[in-house]
Parts: sequence; structure tokens; C-alpha cells
Amino acid sequence: MRRILVGIKRVIDFNVRVRVRPDGAGVVTDGVKMSANPFDSIALEEALRLRERGEADEVLAVSIGPGEAQQQLRDALAMGADRAILVKSDTALEPLAVAHVFLELAKRESPRLVILGKQAIDDDCSQTGQMLAALWNRPQATFASKLEIQGEAARVTREVDAGLEVIEVDLPAVITTDLRLNEPRYIKLPDIMKAKKKPLDVIEIVSLGVDATPVLKVVKYEAPPQRQKGIIVKDAGELVAALKQRGLA
Amino acid sequence: MARILVAAEHSGGKLNASTAKCIACGTSVPGAEVCVAVLAADGAAVAAEAAAIQGVARVLLVRNPANEPALAAVLAPQFAKLAAGFDLVLGPSTTFGRDLMPRIAALLGAPQLSDVMVAESATRFRRPVYAGIAIVTVEAPAGRQVVATVRVASFAAAPTGGSAPIESIAVDAPVPPSTRFVSVSAARNDRPDLQTAARVVSGGRALGSADNFKLIQGLADKLGAAVGASRAAVDAGYAPNELQVGQTGKIIAPELYVAIGISGAIQHLTGIKDARTIVAINKDAEAPIFEVADYGLVGDLFTLVPEIEKLL
Ligand SMILES: Cc1cc2nc3c(=O)[nH]c(=O)nc-3n(C[C@H](O)[C@H](O)[C@H](O)COP(=O)(O)OP(=O)(O)OC[C@H]3O[C@@H](n4cnc5c(N)ncnc54)[C@H](O)[C@@H]3O)c2cc1C
Ligand SMILES: Nc1ncnc2c1ncn2[C@@H]1O[C@H](COP(=O)(O)O)[C@@H](O)[C@H]1O
Repeated sequence: MRRILVGIKRVIDFNVRVRVRPDGAGVVTDGVKMSANPFDSIALEEALRLRERGEADEVLAVSIGPGEAQQQLRDALAMGADRAILVKSDTALEPLAVAHVFLELAKRESPRLVILGKQAIDDDCSQTGQMLAALWNRPQATFASKLEIQGEAARVTREVDAGLEVIEVDLPAVITTDLRLNEPRYIKLPDIMKAKKKPLDVIEIVSLGVDATPVLKVVKYEAPPQRQKGIIVKDAGELVAALKQRGLA
Repeated sequence: MARILVAAEHSGGKLNASTAKCIACGTSVPGAEVCVAVLAADGAAVAAEAAAIQGVARVLLVRNPANEPALAAVLAPQFAKLAAGFDLVLGPSTTFGRDLMPRIAALLGAPQLSDVMVAESATRFRRPVYAGIAIVTVEAPAGRQVVATVRVASFAAAPTGGSAPIESIAVDAPVPPSTRFVSVSAARNDRPDLQTAARVVSGGRALGSADNFKLIQGLADKLGAAVGASRAAVDAGYAPNELQVGQTGKIIAPELYVAIGISGAIQHLTGIKDARTIVAINKDAEAPIFEVADYGLVGDLFTLVPEIEKLL
């Protein structure tokens, strides 16, 4: 079975105005809308397209997190994933621990591709895919904006600082998605019903033998210093005069 | 004493400006000794550049034809070998460093901090989360090796004037053949580089077409500025991807940032927070960009930009 494994992290929805808790112990999460990490929806969309093109037989969505993450996995199943696994962990995990979870699943499921997001928009780490690739001793193609399978290799266009880089990686490989890889499809109502019958396994993180204890201690969260609101100038002349005065024009 | 290793970024035989910023981060750690590792095909010129940066104690040069162009899968095992004995391994938060450093960290079994803004010590750091809406202070256990990427916009490049010794080293690490470089688009032009430019002019969705986007380029040329773009402008094809500014594009800290026809979404603002002076031109007086702009000009960009150009 040619399988694609995708990561689906449950995060605060990108439209929410996140606020730091007054006690500095984290950000406000009570009653806040949660969603799949946007880059992960792109990962899932890409996997579905590959399956539709005959490059895969099964798309497996995986989330590591609290019981509530089943919601995001149900959405993934409704979008078109065939199967889902929730690896339950009630403590927040560091990317290296998440990578170890994906490694254990990769050993069990022997995927042809693992597609993750280039970063989770909560911790903004941008680490997990690269770490998995190292632990699994497989190639990585990060920040992908185009992916083509050519036999037992993938040709990937990557968004890098210089522009667009193209590399070729032998499969299996780890891909991480950039925003322009695709636009995820919308979930249709009948698919939500169908998704209820698809398999969603819940396993405990300890059953994979992964040590989830964080190494790093988060001492405090703070809001960054706010920029002062400036002035509204009345016309182009006033703006240019102000810039010239400051030596900026 | 904290022993720090910096992974040098370079291309075309030149050290990337991000490396001097990583060195600045390293030397900001109290009691640090900073070494720089250059992995290259030849690397003599790059190593010499690195050795001339103040605060560098030693440059380690590893030559191997497979080291260029840079591929994380090839470089990471070599860096992991070199990292033995170092407390902290630093790389830039450019796409080079973001691709490479986690692969090194996993090989070392070390935790990674991404986008470090402040290194209070070799084990205590400050970094942004949630697109910069919060800054966390994070501590690693004493004696534990740590890997980090350095938020390049947070550090001024360490100056030249040093003269560190260069040591050529042979590293015994496998070169995996399973990753192959094919090409890179070198859309290089004569404009200043977005990440290091003192002035940046950016255009957003309001420009409406690639042709209209030339208006931004014209103003940038007048100001001697680099060109940037919002994600909406890049997605619509008005500007190439490497010009995107923001959470998922480039984080920049120019003296002057001019946002034209950009609404000021949080994902965009996170990329320009450290700009010294922000100017916004937008026809909507309620646009969130005006909340952070030092100078705001409300009106139609298609009349205002030519007016400004004439006055410069
Ligand atoms: C996970 C994630 C990551 C993202 N990362 C980034 C990122 O890195 N960078 C980024 O920029 N965005 C990013 N975005 C997108 C971001 O949320 C916004 O959608 C985007 O920044 C909007 O671009 P814009 O301001 O050009 O367009 P709009 O929001 O459409 O704003 C256009 C503005 O132009 C003004 N305007 C229209 N016509 C005129 C005129 N004639 N004259 C003057 N003003 C005019 C309008 O009033 C409006 O304010 C990200 C989104 C997500 C979900
Ligand atoms: N808890 C998680 N569950 C599922 N996928 C995850 C999890 N954490 C990270 N990932 C995947 O790894 C990517 C990068 O995350 P990060 O390294 O934390 O920025 C995400 O976009 C996901 O695809």
C-alpha cells in the first residue's frame, strides 16, 4: 500500500486575535476557536491530490495532542483522508518529541511520503519535518510550493530566500508545505456525515515508547512592546518633508 | 565559558550577511567563545571573510565538493560531528538555517530554539511565538547542548577587523545520494537585498496587477530602497515569492518601511515590527496598518505615489 502520512496540529485559528494571559503563563485559550494549522490543511490537500492522481492509495492523518484534536481529525476525514490516528498527549510537546512520534508511526505504517506543515502557527518552530527526516534518515524537501512524483523520486520546488529552488529527493521522503503549494478544498456537508464512519484510532503516546517530557522550560510569556501610533499627514508634500527631515529621503 | 559554534551561510564564494548576525548573537552571550564552521566545496574566501569578523575565536573549514550547493541532508551530519563539545550551535533564521538547524538538532538529540531575539545566556533565550504576538523566555537545563536559529532582524552584524585562525578539518560523515540539487532561480537584480536594505518599499493587493506593481519599483528606485510585497500581492503574481514580507516571508528591520496598499494583517506586521520608521499609504483610514505607522497618508495610491516621486 502506497501511503501518505500527514500531520494535523490543532492550533488557535489564524483569525483569532491572540492575547497573552495577564499572569504570563501562556496565551488566552478559553472559548477561543481552534482549527487545523493552515499549513497542515495544505499538506492534506496535497496528499489528496496525489491520491487522486494515482500516486497514493491511502492518506493517513495524524494529530498529536489532547482528546479535542479528534475534531480536527474528523475535519481531515471529511476533507478526504482515509484514516486518522490521534496520539494522545495532554502536555504540550516539543518538536523533537513530535518528530519521534512521527518516526514510530513511519516505522509502523511505512509511508511513501510524510507531508507536514512548514511551521505550526502557534509555536512558529519550523522544526518537526526536518527533525523527522534526520531521525528517519530520509531526505527532506522543506517549504515546498510544487511537488511532482517521478517514479521513486519527487521533484520539489522550494521557496527559499533567493527565489525558487528545485531539488530531487528519493522516496520515502519528508515534505513540508509552503502556502502557495495549493489551496485546500472546502468540506462539504455530506462528507461530514461520511467521515463519521471512517476509522479514527486513539492511542496513548506512551504506547509508542516516546518520552514526551519537555526539555525546555518556558519561564514566561510577555506581550512585545507596542509601537506608538504615529501621525496622519495631510498630503504627499507633508510626508516627503517629514522623511527629508529625518534623513530618510 | 560557553562554547558556541556558528554554522556559516554562504553562496557564490561569499559569506551571507546573516552569518555576521549569528556571530553578534553568539558574542552577546556573556563569557562566550564563538567559532564559525564553514562547510564548502573550496571555501577559502568564505573562511577568510568569517575570520575577519570581530569576536570570532576560530574558523573551522571543511572542504568537500558535495557541500555546494548547500543541502541540509548532506551538511547536517558533518555539522553534527563538528558540534561535539560545543554548548550552543547557532544558525541563521534564513531559509538556509531553518532547513538545516533542526536536522542537526535531531542528530544531536538536542532541543532547538527558533528565531532567538535575545540570548541572555547559553541556556536562556527570548523568542517570538504566535506571529510575534507573544515573546517567550525559555530556559534549557544547565549543561545541556542546545541548537538555535537566530532571528537575523534582531541583531546588527558583528563588525570586521578581527583575524581569527582558520583550521582545515576533515570530517568523516556519510554523503547521502538521495537528495539532489537541480536548480535555483537567480532572479537577482541590481536592487538592494530585501533582508539587509536600509529602506524598503512594499506593495499589496491594491496594486492590482504586475504592471501596476512597477509603481512600487519606481518609488523604490527613487529612494534607493529594496522592494517588498504582501502575501496577497505575491499570491496574485504581482511580485515574486522571495519578496514576501511577514510571518511566512521575510522578517526585516529597515530604517524606513513604506507600505503601499497593504491593509496591515498581523501576519504582515510581524515582519516589520522592528522597522525604525513605518510609512503607510492606504485609501482606508481605518486600515490596521495605520495603528503601527509613524506617518500615515490616506488616499489613492495611484495619485499619491507619482506625487511623492515627483517631490523626491
Ligand atoms: C498562516 C498565514 C501566514 C501568512 N503569512 C503572511 C506573510 O508572511 N505576509 C503577508 O503579507 N501576509 C501573510 N498572510 C496573509 C495575511 O493574513 C493577509 O491576507 C495579507 O497580508 C493581505 O495582503 P494585503 O494587505 O496586500 O491585501 P488586503 O488585506 O486586501 O489589503 C489591501 C489594502 O489596500 C487598500 N487599497 C485598495 N485600493 C487602494 C488604492 N487605490 N489606494 C490605496 N489603498 C488601497 C485597501 O484599503 C486595503 O487596506 C498570512 C496568512 C496566513 C493564514
Ligand atoms: N502536535 C502535532 N500534531 C500533528 N502534527 C504536528 C504536531 N506538531 C507539529 N506537527 C507537524 O509539524 C509541522 C511543523 O511544526 P513545528 O515544527 O512545531 O513548527 C506542523 O505544521 C505539523 O504538520
